[in-house]
Amino acid sequence: MKPGLLSRLNSAWAWVLLLFLVAPALIAIPVSLTAKRFLSMPNGTYSLQHFHNLFTSPEWLSSFAQSAVIAVSTSALATVLGTLCAIGLWRISSRFSELVRAVLLLPLIVPQIISAMAFYRLWIPLGLLDSYPGLILAHTILATPMVLITVSASLANFDPKLEQASRNLGASTGTTIRRVILPSIRPGVIAGALFAFILSWDEIVVTLFLSKFNVYTLPRRMWNGIRENTDPTVAAAAVVLIAITLIAFALSLILSRHRAKARQN
Amino acid sequence: MPRLQIPKLHPGWLLVAPFLILLAALYLGPILNIAWLSFTDPEPGLGNYEKLVTSDALARILWTTFRICLVTTAFSVTLGYCIAYAMIHAGQGGRSRMLVLLLVSFWLSVLVRTFAWLMLLGNHGLVNDTLVGTGIITRPIAFMRNELGVLIGMVHYMIPYAVLPLLASMQTMDSRVIAASRNLGATGAQTFWRIYLPLTLPGVAAASMLIFILSLGFYVTPAVLGGGKVLMVAEYISVQLLVTLQWGTAAMLAVLLLLGVLALLWLMSRFMKLSVVFGGSTR
Repeated sequence: MKPGLLSRLNSAWAWVLLLFLVAPALIAIPVSLTAKRFLSMPNGTYSLQHFHNLFTSPEWLSSFAQSAVIAVSTSALATVLGTLCAIGLWRISSRFSELVRAVLLLPLIVPQIISAMAFYRLWIPLGLLDSYPGLILAHTILATPMVLITVSASLANFDPKLEQASRNLGASTGTTIRRVILPSIRPGVIAGALFAFILSWDEIVVTLFLSKFNVYTLPRRMWNGIRENTDPTVAAAAVVLIAITLIAFALSLILSRHRAKARQN
Repeated sequence: MPRLQIPKLHPGWLLVAPFLILLAALYLGPILNIAWLSFTDPEPGLGNYEKLVTSDALARILWTTFRICLVTTAFSVTLGYCIAYAMIHAGQGGRSRMLVLLLVSFWLSVLVRTFAWLMLLGNHGLVNDTLVGTGIITRPIAFMRNELGVLIGMVHYMIPYAVLPLLASMQTMDSRVIAASRNLGATGAQTFWRIYLPLTLPGVAAASMLIFILSLGFYVTPAVLGGGKVLMVAEYISVQLLVTLQWGTAAMLAVLLLLGVLALLWLMSRFMKLSVVFGGSTR
């Protein structure tokens, strides 16, 4: 059946929309190259001074480092907790455990402002405000459901008979998880770790409430820069973030193609 | 002495326990505490909920939030439908190229995107400068610090979230139905309006509710592009907490927001298995 005229028009329209989704972010590139000292489009003269500022200013560098520390710790913690959870729920799989699963996914759907409020309320008496453990704990609670989802998706394709076989041959629960289950759900675990990292690396609403002076993550500094709306260093930071996103995305594409090929062979 | 009956617990719970306990203690507990607070702070009673009726400011904020969420949902789902439809009907290569663009926009930081809109839509932003420069308009159009700016930013953010559940519902459709409709003499447009669209309505409903839920609590884009002029519930809550320190009012609004989200989620689960929606939108 040949696609009709309307269908072809819609297809062109869809491409316009997809470009609308991606293209606006590119404006950060010319703005970051402006020779002026305030946020503006460069008119004729270009300069790399704002990138120079980004990579030499102690504030921006420390924010990069802090975000990296928090995101890596969050990703590690969330991956362990989420994977254990997913395997546990998969093995139980009763009506009740599905209910528990829904509860465990709540942090993904509860508006972030309410999550921020809840953490803020509890972190004050616990003395966790404005500290690494405070932010890492909060981000871990937000990110673990993401790992739970990706690992559960992998487990759905895993044959439970393999687990029974392993246990019948005398392997303990720990050995079965390590040697039989984990290797077959590795793609889900890796995807979960990646998502958890990005969530924490990019998280701003909860961070706005929980950080102040000691901890000043990259999103927090960008938020300030956007609010003040003057220093073009923000544009340079945005360009770096776009580049990191594209690299991470390309890597994940290559990884998944690689896996698909390996499966075919 | 009668023996205590201890129900046998599945050993799998041992694996679930660490996160379940963490979540209950550090997340669900404080949320319940907030609900409690809405009835007790500053004094016990329904005083905070009374403000819903007595305060004009609150009523205006709730109405603004509702209106913006509704318009955002309508635009995001309609535009998302066009994209999903084109993706389903594109060839293998076209579809994967479209998917790449969609996922890249998913992965782009919300702060980067908000910053980009700030640069594009300002009075001396690229859009206005271009329009003035080419003589199409003489005075810059106010795109920002009003609802138009908030809507542009929000629709831009939400479209990918709408596409994924729509794709899922279009993929599961039996394409023979369409072929049958064409064979029986219906035109392409008739087939779309009378067969295709009705069959994908559950997906449309699920996508709409997902977007509405996400929009209700959205903070970053409205706060920046609204520039303090367009106040939605999430921003109002943060002002109550950080500036005026009125926990009671903030708690009441949080309870309201949460109830709204949970009700919509329940409604959504009647149209589509939630695992389909969440499995797709893992961001």
